[in-house]
This record gives sequence, C-alpha cells and structure tokens, in this order.
Amino acid sequence: MSFLNNIWRNEKSREIIIQIVVLICIGWFLSWLIMNVNANFKALGKDISFEFLFIPAGYDINQYLIDYNNRDSHLRAGIVGLLNTGLVAFFGIILATFLGVTIGIIRLSKNWLASKIAYWYVEFTRNVPILLHILLWHGIIINVLPHPKKAINIADVSFLSNRGFYIPKPLTENGIELVYLFFVIGIIFSILFLKYSKKKQDLIGVQYPVFWINLSVIICLPLIAFFVSGMPISLEIPVLKGFNFRGGMYMSPELAALTFALGIYTAAFIAEIVRAGILAVDKGQREAAESIGLRPSKVMNLVVLPQARRVIIPPLTSQYLNLTKNSSLAIAIGYMDLVATLGGISLNQTGREMETMVIVMLIYLCVSLSISALMNWYNNRVKLVGR
Amino acid sequence: MKTKILLAAATAGVMFAGSVLASTLDDVRARGKLNCIINTGLAGFAAPDDKGNWTGFDVDFCKAVAAATLGDASKVNYTTATGKTRFTKLAAGEGEILSRNTTWTFSRDVDLSQTFVGVSYYDGQGFMAPKALGVKSAKELDGASVCIQTGTTTELNLAEFFSANNISYNAVPIETNSEAQELYKAGRCDVYTTDASGLYSTRASMPVPSDHIIFDEIISKEPLGPVVRHGDDQWADIVAWTLKAMMAGEELNITSSNVKSLAGKDNKNKEINRLLGKDPLQGLSKLGLSADWAVNIISQVGNYAEVFEKNLGMSTPLKIARGANQLYRDGGLFYIPPIK
Repeated sequence: MSFLNNIWRNEKSREIIIQIVVLICIGWFLSWLIMNVNANFKALGKDISFEFLFIPAGYDINQYLIDYNNRDSHLRAGIVGLLNTGLVAFFGIILATFLGVTIGIIRLSKNWLASKIAYWYVEFTRNVPILLHILLWHGIIINVLPHPKKAINIADVSFLSNRGFYIPKPLTENGIELVYLFFVIGIIFSILFLKYSKKKQDLIGVQYPVFWINLSVIICLPLIAFFVSGMPISLEIPVLKGFNFRGGMYMSPELAALTFALGIYTAAFIAEIVRAGILAVDKGQREAAESIGLRPSKVMNLVVLPQARRVIIPPLTSQYLNLTKNSSLAIAIGYMDLVATLGGISLNQTGREMETMVIVMLIYLCVSLSISALMNWYNNRVKLVGR
Repeated sequence: MKTKILLAAATAGVMFAGSVLASTLDDVRARGKLNCIINTGLAGFAAPDDKGNWTGFDVDFCKAVAAATLGDASKVNYTTATGKTRFTKLAAGEGEILSRNTTWTFSRDVDLSQTFVGVSYYDGQGFMAPKALGVKSAKELDGASVCIQTGTTTELNLAEFFSANNISYNAVPIETNSEAQELYKAGRCDVYTTDASGLYSTRASMPVPSDHIIFDEIISKEPLGPVVRHGDDQWADIVAWTLKAMMAGEELNITSSNVKSLAGKDNKNKEINRLLGKDPLQGLSKLGLSADWAVNIISQVGNYAEVFEKNLGMSTPLKIARGANQLYRDGGLFYIPPIK
C-alpha cells in the first residue's frame, strides 16, 4: 500500500498514471462508438463495404479536368470532384491573397477615403455568412448576364453569358515542342540571372531591373520560337450553336461565383491579418528605411513585409484551410465538387452514407494537412533564425 | 481490464441496437403520433398551406395511416427530407413511413434494406421548357443546359437517355425543387427535368404557367410509393393495406360522405361489409388494427379518387389527368387484391 501511495505521491509517476487513464478512456469511447455503429448497422441489415467505388457511377458531371463519362466508376467520379474542389480552392486562394494583401495595405494608408473604403469592405464582407456570399454572386451572375443568344460579344472570340464565360481554346500543332523548349530555357535563364544579380548586388551594390529583364526573356524567347516554327498554335473559337456555345474553353457561372465568393470573403480576413502583421513591425524599422532614402514601395517590400511575413504566415495558413473547407458549400449552387459527387450523388445512388462520408472526411483531412505542411515549410524558411 | 471494457461496450451497443427491433406499431401507439417523412415542398404532394398546415397527396397518405392505426388522421408529426437525406432519415428512425414521391427501384428495395409497400402514383420522367424556346421533343435538346434535382433517379435516367440518343447536354444539379425553379426562371437552364408530376407542380407555381410546355415524351418508369424499413412485416402490411383500402374505397364507391351510412347497414356487396368492419375480416387482429380502420381512413381522409382530385386533379392548379393512376376497370394500372 505504501508502495502505491509512493507512486501516487511522486509527481512524475502520477503524471504518467493520469495520462494512461485518459488514454484508456478515449480508447474505450472510440471502441464503443465503432461497436455501436457496427451493431446498429447489423440491426438495420446493412454492412460496411467499399465495393461500390468500382461500379459505374451512371451520372454525368458538368466539369471535369480528367476524362470522365457516366460509365466510369464512383471512384473516378470522386476524383473528378476532388479536382474540381482543388481548382476552385486554387483560384480562390490566389484571389483572396491578392485582394487581402492589397486591402490590408490600403487599410493602413494615410489617405482617409482609401483607408475608410478598405475598412468598410472588411467589416461588411466578413460579417456576412459565406453561404450568402455564394448565393449572392451566383444570383448576380445568372440574373444579370444575358442569355447565350444575346451574349456579350468580346471581339467575336470571347462571349459572356449566364451560361459562363467562353474564351478561345489554344490547340497545339506540330512544332510546338520548340516553343516549350524555349520557355524552359527562359525560366532557367531567369533563375541563373536572379542569382547572378543578387551576387553582384552583394559584391558591388549594382542593381539590375531583374523583374523586367526576366519577364521579357520568359515571354520573348517562346514568342520568337513560335514565329520561327511557323505559328504551331491555332485557336478554337467558341460559336453559338443550338442552345449554347460550343468549342473553346469556358468558366461556368458556378465556378466563377464560388471563386468570387470564397476569394472576396476570405480576403477580408487576410486583410486584417496583413494589417496586424504590418503594425507588428517596429515603427523604427520603417523610419530607418525611410531615413536611408528608400522609396515607399521599397520600404514596404524590402523592410516591412519581410518582417511582417513572420507574423502573417501562421494565421494565413488557417485562412487557406478555411477557404478550402468552405468550398464544400459548392453544392448549394450545383458546382460539382467532392461533396457533390462522392458525398452527394454517389452517396444517394448507392446508399452507402457511412462509407462515402468517411472517405470524404479523410480526403479533406489529407488536403488540409498537406496545405498545413506546405505553409509550415514556408514559415520555417521565413521565420527569424534563433541565435 | 480490457476485455471488461469491450464487453461493456458490446452490451451497450447491443442494447442500443435492440430498441430498433421493437414493434413499429407499438412505438406509434405509445407515442400517440405517427412520424412521417415528406418532401420539403412540392405543390400538390407536400406543401404547407396559407395556415402553415402540410397538405398534399403524400401528406394525405400519412394521415390515412394515422387514421388506420391511431383512429385520428390529425395525429401526424411531419419531418421533411431532401432527395438526398430521405433514406438516411428513414433508416435512422426519424419516421415510420417515407411518403415522399419515392421511386421504387431494385437497388433501393434490396440494397438499402427498406420495403416498398406499393405504388401510389405511376409517374415518369419528363421535360419542361419555356414555350419561347420552340422545342417540342427531348431529342432536339442537343447541347442544352438541363436543370436536374440531385439525389433522385432522374440523374441516371437523364445520362442514359442522352447517351442512348447520342446527344450531349450540360447538367446543372440542384438540391431542391424550389432552387431548381429559380435557376430555370433565371434562364440558367434551357429545360428542367424531373418526374412529370413534379413538372406539373412546378409549372403551376410559375408566374405564367401557360408560358411553359411539358413534353409529351416520358423517358423513364417512375412508380412512386410509400417506403418503410425492412424487418417489421406487420407494419409493412399495415401501410400496404392502408393504400389498398383507399383504392378499394374507390372501386366499391365508398366515399368520405357515404362511408358512415354504408358502415351502419348490411350491404349486398359483402366485400363492403368486410372492408368496413360489418362482417369479420379474418386476420385483421394480427395487424393490430381495430374493425373500423378502413372507416377511419375513408371518412377522415377519403378514398383514392377523392385524395387524387383534391390535391392533383383538374380542379387544382396542377390539372393532372388520372392516366395510369386509376383502377384497371377504368383503364388504369391499379388492380387491388380481394378484401377477403
């Protein structure tokens, strides 16, 4: 007894005992949950099986990044949905970051009007639920834009209607490899030149207009190759045929609405994060930068933002995660994302709600963890190195 | 220690599961109310009226079962479900009946472990388009944008119809009928497709119903009917025979106005006597129903014809003809087993 007493009195062993007990409780709860599900499924005459993933899905999806038709399996339908989720998250994150950083900086502007507009944007946007943003944008797009027969015609090659935004689709022909090759060469040159100019600046303080030189190299080299090889790209121009435009590439109203809504909504949060990050940089840093004669844009880009980034990155990561997860509201306007395909139509056609939901949850978990990992890696790169 | 925990967990699980196996009729009687799963809103089938009471063809069937089992057609709790959530809600026990224009298919009957007790409405998938579009047949729809309600058999029918006819389409999937209606009105889609009954219902709620046409062609078979969970045959029989009693009422010319007087006298047609409890109906006690079960159904809700005309017929905005949904003697598909 005194032995047990001693174990309990000892701080270290007590901690271990408490942890073991908590672990057992959690394990017990989880096993109870699983067994309960199993028992209830058995009582309902249902089993848990993932075979449905390999039978033909039977339904069509209106937007697919990989080949898909209704004879493909539920698994493939799910992958098509996942890619659609990825697409809208990608566009949304770009829009949100661009808008958010811009508005965050404007919010701190000394210009009273600009700063107030940014303030009202943030307050108005982030205090309205995201679902309403999505429905609002979708409503605007399908009600304000004209029917395909009266589509807004942009130079006879692009058309804007309530069925989507149609642009010409580039079709590659023989000889395109040369253009690709020169594009790669351009990029390699840019990287080397960036390193070279950095070294040069460190050594003797000379600054080259790196951005403009690199940009023109990346554009001009493939362009020259394009003309030399006899213009091996033709355009497939969308034409109105029957009910809708045919040919070309198009962005559906659903994808556009979702991108705008997610981007604009998340931008409001990012703007606040950016503002907080900039304010966290010591005032003296900015004054010092100004006193050595840097222009305001250089002060921001070279001195303030690099330091602000350390404060910005971790909360920014959770905004990216939020945006990706919020994209699951796509079902409200009929955008065929992961939840609408595997977690929606497949679920309903096969009746496997437990299996499909578990898969969808695991996929979202994996996507979120990957984004987190990526941002953590970036955070480690920019964070203050401890000495 | 560990085995003990597992044992406890197993017992808890089995006890929880055990409650599912109790008699559905006993549950309903103990509660004093029937839980019925219906549509979120489809005029004529299940929609709230101006006082907020649910009305419609599917709703009246819930009332008929309540009348048969509880003797009072008003004792129903309604739970709404979308096309997607309905089977889950039924399986989870949120209702004893799913009365929500649900198509009877093999895999829903067999794979989802539920029982379709009969057909209350023979339907088929059709298309609705604005008259201004100038299209009269679904085969002319190459390249059209089509609004569909997800979570239904319509998605599969549509995919099969278009690939069988080698024409393309652009599907716009929508969760509920009312949202689909908004998109159709805004011109996001050229045509709207769902079961023809749903199209009539949707057209009736358009600002100018006559601006829209419903194509004559029907691309699928959609036998709609009430659904119950697998495993309680007594309850499945009750629901099945409630439906048959309503149809038998029409066949035997028993209506809500004459049912009381017919029940009070000895009729020449002994089938009327057996249905209305004047003569004994062997086996009725096994269903756990009282002798006046059919009287309650017909007096409080009506026979099939009355329910159809009241909710869907020519006097309503839906103006649906009886078509296949009448007795075999009138050229329809309803053939009721003898009440013996």
